[in-house]
Amino acid sequence: MKQLVILSGKGGTGKTTVAAAWAHLASQEAPIVIADADVDAANLELVLAPTRLETHDFVSGNVAVIDSQGCTACGTCVTVCRFGAVVAGNGSYAIDGSACEGCAACFYQCPVQAIRLEEQRVGQWYRSRTRFGPLFHARLFPGKENSGKLVTLVKQHARLLALDTGASLLLVDGPPGIGCPVIATCSGAQTALLVTEPTASGVHDLQRILATAERLRVPALVLVNKADLSTAKTQEIEAMCATRGVEVIGHIPFDEQVTRSMVGGQPVTAQADSPASVELRRAWERARALCLG
Amino acid sequence: MILAVASGKGGTGKTTVALNLALAVAAHATQHSHPQVILLDCDVEEPNAALFLQPILKHRGEVGVLVPDVTADRCTGCGRCAQVCQYHALAVVNGRVLVFPELCHGCGSCALCCPEGAIREKMRVTGVIERGQANPSIQFAQGILNIGEALAVPVIRELKRCLIPRGSGPYLVILDAPPGTSCPVVETLRGSDVALLVTEPTPFGLHDLELAVEVARGELRLPVAVVINRDGVGDQGVERYCQAKGIPVVMRIPMDRRIAEAYAEGRPLLEALPEYRQRFLDLYQRVQEVAKQ
Repeated sequence: MKQLVILSGKGGTGKTTVAAAWAHLASQEAPIVIADADVDAANLELVLAPTRLETHDFVSGNVAVIDSQGCTACGTCVTVCRFGAVVAGNGSYAIDGSACEGCAACFYQCPVQAIRLEEQRVGQWYRSRTRFGPLFHARLFPGKENSGKLVTLVKQHARLLALDTGASLLLVDGPPGIGCPVIATCSGAQTALLVTEPTASGVHDLQRILATAERLRVPALVLVNKADLSTAKTQEIEAMCATRGVEVIGHIPFDEQVTRSMVGGQPVTAQADSPASVELRRAWERARALCLG
Repeated sequence: MILAVASGKGGTGKTTVALNLALAVAAHATQHSHPQVILLDCDVEEPNAALFLQPILKHRGEVGVLVPDVTADRCTGCGRCAQVCQYHALAVVNGRVLVFPELCHGCGSCALCCPEGAIREKMRVTGVIERGQANPSIQFAQGILNIGEALAVPVIRELKRCLIPRGSGPYLVILDAPPGTSCPVVETLRGSDVALLVTEPTPFGLHDLELAVEVARGELRLPVAVVINRDGVGDQGVERYCQAKGIPVVMRIPMDRRIAEAYAEGRPLLEALPEYRQRFLDLYQRVQEVAKQ
């Protein structure tokens, strides 16, 4: 079983459009398992229309709570908190839950034991059925922490099912950026597909995600979306990839069908003859040859 | 006024809005006695505003996390540090303390709890802050997370210390937020007077806008306003949602190939299409009204 993760550095370059299209194409050839590792803003389900089979709570990390009865307002907690989470109240202190990192420094230092730690239910994860195969996805509740841990959990369950069922591919739609959830997404992957666009920001961000993939020792492939927007920037991307020995496996043209398909809840490849679909299919065949062997 | 530009979904045009608003207000301010403009790029995983602004960055400082440094001859191997650490950044094996610096959040609890006073703290560099000036009279700062680092929040927290305006006159601080809805976004939005949410009129845009509203309005109690970018593509879902939730749509930027091409080249929209200057000044007016409510 091979694991292919789709990343981009910059947001909005088309990761989910590619993930949905490749899930569609790959599932016609062999059984696959799909995971959405963008647990902040999971969009793959808008195209795959999953039927939820299981829902699990994600409990992770603590938040400090000050008992206003016991608090003597000595201010020790304010002094030790490095996250600015302790706010002055009426004759006592209180915790701003959105700032608290659950480090428990205040809990251990409070001289009158007026602080307790409460476990936080910060999200949910789901096992679902879709027309292209099983989907593992999650929702981190807005503003919460530990997205990396939730990504790891989602991927672990997806991987186990893929191994159990003999699926040949685990296809993972990743988050934007290069930080904690991206690092968690890369773990165990054989290939990272980096979706970029020929813009100044796209080039800059591709450079950083390429360096991140290199650091994490995940071989990368690059796919240029809206490639006809700027020939100059597309050439810049190709030159950068050539220097790093990374293959550019496709150039998707701007195609209004992409948005129309999204609005209709379909992968763009359901319209097999649209220009973006044709190139997405060609890129998939190349990625399959390189990743699945 | 502190204005945060956020989005949930990546690639909707946060940087375009943040930067052109800064340019429009700053240019206007030189002609009239109006606010000092400060722009902070808080998308420390993939910062892009500087590509368009070309600021002169005179100051550069490293930032990081304070991690434990155990003095071996004082340590008795009692294990108290590992017991209080909520992030599993310390472990005691065969009477010796092992530190896993990349897991450390820098809370300092281990040093406070060590009964032997054997733990000091040292800075582990995870990123840099760059500060300087861009024309016309915009104070600019950006944070850059080092490749391979997981934690964006400490870099954002340090960057936001740059926002303190000089003197007592009126000021406009614009924060360009990262995509998503988890801790880096919360760290950026906290303490702002208003959140300006940039979206696109598609199902993905709507889905992620709803999550961004939950964070900004629901969790952080900020007034919110929406900018619809690429107006004309997709469907009516975003308009209907904003109407139902009583969220003002304060600007619509049409789908326009000239805008996309200027963006691709790394040119600010106002430079390519100067007629937008008044529209961004109007946006500033409307956002001020929203912030006052």
